[in-house]
Amino acid sequence: MLYRGFFPRDLFAELERLQHEFDGSPNIRGTTRGYPAMNVGTTPKSVEVYAFVPGMTPEEIEVQIEKGVLTISGERKDTPLPERATVHIDECFSGRFRRVVSLPDDIDPNSSTASYRDGVLHVSVARKEAAQPRRISIH
Amino acid sequence: MSDQVSKQGSPRQEVAAMRPAVHVVEDATAITLYADLPGVPKDKLDIHVEGDNLTLEGRVEINLPEGMEAIHAEVELPRYRRVFTLSRELDGNNVSAKLQNGVLKLRIPKAEHAQPRRIEVRAA
Repeated sequence: MLYRGFFPRDLFAELERLQHEFDGSPNIRGTTRGYPAMNVGTTPKSVEVYAFVPGMTPEEIEVQIEKGVLTISGERKDTPLPERATVHIDECFSGRFRRVVSLPDDIDPNSSTASYRDGVLHVSVARKEAAQPRRISIH
Repeated sequence: MSDQVSKQGSPRQEVAAMRPAVHVVEDATAITLYADLPGVPKDKLDIHVEGDNLTLEGRVEINLPEGMEAIHAEVELPRYRRVFTLSRELDGNNVSAKLQNGVLKLRIPKAEHAQPRRIEVRAA
């Protein structure tokens, strides 16, 4: 299928994705790689993590960095069911969730920020100054 | 209400999109549909009823820092799309919608004539 992804990735990541698509055997926990779905990117100054966790409030999401591992956890409550109602389709995730991401060695856990907007949690973790590319002037 | 496979052909439907997860509940007076649309702001959400078809479309809008290189992506398409067929007794003209924290809540009322009516049983 032809499409223009909005999350820019390199060729190797693209090949890995195709490999995944052709690997026929489905995971016992479903077709996704876990809940919530996550995108991770890097810039020279930071590591950017996006978690797609709809239907929460910021207070209900726990974000933690410990020993270079970022953990996102929380609980998504069941959709309220009115009295004498019938459920026809039930695909939305509910219950407890937890996902972890190993961060690179050069991160500075003390300068990280997290925000939640339109159901997407964005965690930005700064990388240490020393690890950032520096321009060396030639005299 | 049944799911419909989007038809090939019209240029609008050729655009690849994610299929949002939904939760559909029916009570005596209405059908309530919840759809997970994380990343879609209010102004990028489009809900329309055309004939018997209810179409949900939304664009993901996330500000990525400049020069960011993705190293892992599970959400790769910037849009959601899903089409449902409404049955006759549903009133497509009076659909109410609310989008909050990436979850859309749609209430589709049943037409007046389809509302349940209690018929008293009298002793003969």
